[in-house]
Amino acid sequence: METKILSEHYDKPEYRTLEGYKRLGGGYEPLAKCLKMDRQQIINDVKTAGVRGRGGAGFPAGVKWGFLPDNGETRYLLCNADEGEPGTFKDKVILEQAPHQMIEGMIIAAFAINSPKSYVYIRGEYAKAQKIVKAAIDEAYAAGLLGENILGSGFTHHMDIYSGAGAYICGEETAMISSLEGKKGQPKLKPPFPAVAGYLGKPTIVNNVETFSAVQIIMRDGVEAYRKYGTEKSAGTKLFSISGDVMKPGVYEVPLGYPLKDLIEQECGGLRPGRKLKAVIPGGSSAPVLNAEESYKVTMDYEALAEMGSMLGSGAIIIMDDSRCMVDLLEVTLHFYHHESCGQCTPCREGTGWIHKMVKSIYDGTGRLQDIDLIDRVANQMRGRTICALADAASFPAISFVKKFRDEFEFYVREGRSKVTGVRVEGEAHA
Amino acid sequence: MEFSSQLKEFIKKELVRYEVKRSAIIPCLFAVQKEQGWVSPEAITVLSKEMELPETWITEVTSFYTMFNRKPVGKYHVQVCCNISCSMAGGRELAAHLEKNLSAKAGEVSPDGRYTVSRVECLGACGTAPMMQVNDEYYENLTLESAEKLLREME
Ligand SMILES: Cc1cc2nc3c(=O)[nH]c(=O)nc-3n(C[C@H](O)[C@H](O)[C@H](O)COP(=O)(O)O)c2cc1C
Ligand code: SF4
Ligand code: FES
Repeated sequence: METKILSEHYDKPEYRTLEGYKRLGGGYEPLAKCLKMDRQQIINDVKTAGVRGRGGAGFPAGVKWGFLPDNGETRYLLCNADEGEPGTFKDKVILEQAPHQMIEGMIIAAFAINSPKSYVYIRGEYAKAQKIVKAAIDEAYAAGLLGENILGSGFTHHMDIYSGAGAYICGEETAMISSLEGKKGQPKLKPPFPAVAGYLGKPTIVNNVETFSAVQIIMRDGVEAYRKYGTEKSAGTKLFSISGDVMKPGVYEVPLGYPLKDLIEQECGGLRPGRKLKAVIPGGSSAPVLNAEESYKVTMDYEALAEMGSMLGSGAIIIMDDSRCMVDLLEVTLHFYHHESCGQCTPCREGTGWIHKMVKSIYDGTGRLQDIDLIDRVANQMRGRTICALADAASFPAISFVKKFRDEFEFYVREGRSKVTGVRVEGEAHA
Repeated sequence: MEFSSQLKEFIKKELVRYEVKRSAIIPCLFAVQKEQGWVSPEAITVLSKEMELPETWITEVTSFYTMFNRKPVGKYHVQVCCNISCSMAGGRELAAHLEKNLSAKAGEVSPDGRYTVSRVECLGACGTAPMMQVNDEYYENLTLESAEKLLREME
């Protein structure tokens, strides 16, 4: 069963408005309470609640906030609404159905870290979400929830939105900062981390949309209530974006630690009639793929997925049934990473191109058996030697697809056609 | 080339909206593209003068981000997602079908000027695949027929 904590009211259109948000969910009462609290206490609460970053890396939010240097410099707060990891569409639901939940979480965070200015960086394609969030920010200003002297507390905070313009890499936090500064969205070497030197070189906290929503919930319900859900190390509930071969794809909220099998069979209504599960990508296209057996065993929390050799990532679950050709799907995925590599680091720029080319040649019927091992070798060499994690992100699907579905790759090379579909997959591959 | 007075007004406001002027480049490029349909080299020169920022900064941004069209596009810019979940639901077949039936060769403008079909990466609508974005709007849960019909009937 779903546990709708964040998403309790997402299905009600009026929740989008300030009035509806206040009436249905007691919105902005937590903010009023926080503005009277000691700042450090808020940070401690978020820490104790144990909410981990929902953007992909899973870093504990409160701990990150604690990294800000105490040097009197202006601090900035950024909300990462670039949502580009293939398979992920849960932030869009928050942006469009519950903009105030995220905004309130941001104002609370801004107060806690004493930041006068924040931006919501929303991917350029989310034009509708941009309009809705902008309207919600305007409402918040009109109600004295943003701007000078918020609710008479003496705290001043300004918030604005910024549109991305089509670049997956801008979801990486340092690239996002460069983009916001009006530059190409290229990642920068860390350290220094944004918390020390971020936007305009100033201390900057970047969190994901859903992380801010969770902060609002923590300060609304209290730490204990928040920790009632989830596991010891993976606290709270999480929004999962589920797509692919299930009857009812969509966004579902369940406690962390929920069995993947139940998500597939109960929430998503199971597979299509007559089909069997083949594989699941559990955390966005960069998470190592699981085979059916692993998928039916694993629970959806950071630890269990790591133990299984994969990761929770952004919580994007892509389901593949036995009609799917893994060579085809790896080709699609590697095309993406090669296309999105910003080109700064040689292992990433060359590596993503090379492994994509090899998989494409298998797919086109001109691959060689030794390419299969070479894909694995090149992918392994790309890892851990680059400025950002995109190179790693590309290597994981390559390594895991080839390892777990090697027979399909070998068959394709030998026979020049798919072991699964029997033909070269209908429709052209990417140009 | 001259920008409209509204566009000039918009640029002026954007220049003081952020902490640094340079941040206004992306929003201003979007505004230029909205008015002219694409971002021509000439438009970059004019924008650089309006913003009093180096042309290289603007060129660099224009070519880095995929949403800026560096060639004219049709009245309807049809962007079909061909990433993993959409591909599983027939996104690539959809792109090929639209290219063929709307006479828009990949990335080019159809002879009647109405369509450009592009294949794009995940647009965050994977649960309602296959999908396409036409100008600013998302269209989801498409079939070959429904997508073609939608596009033909656009005014
Ligand atoms: C290639 C790449 C793409 C990323 N894309 C996103 C994204 O679309 N949205 C997001 O919130 N985080 C994304 N991240 C993670 C961010 O860098 C950052 O860790 C995150 O925004 C921090 O927020 P959180 O701790 O609340 O998750 C990406 C990271 C990498 C390396
Ligand atoms: S790893 Fe790839 S995407 Fe990341 S900075 Fe290097 S080249 Fe750019
Ligand atoms: S894969 Fe097409 S919208 Fe995500």
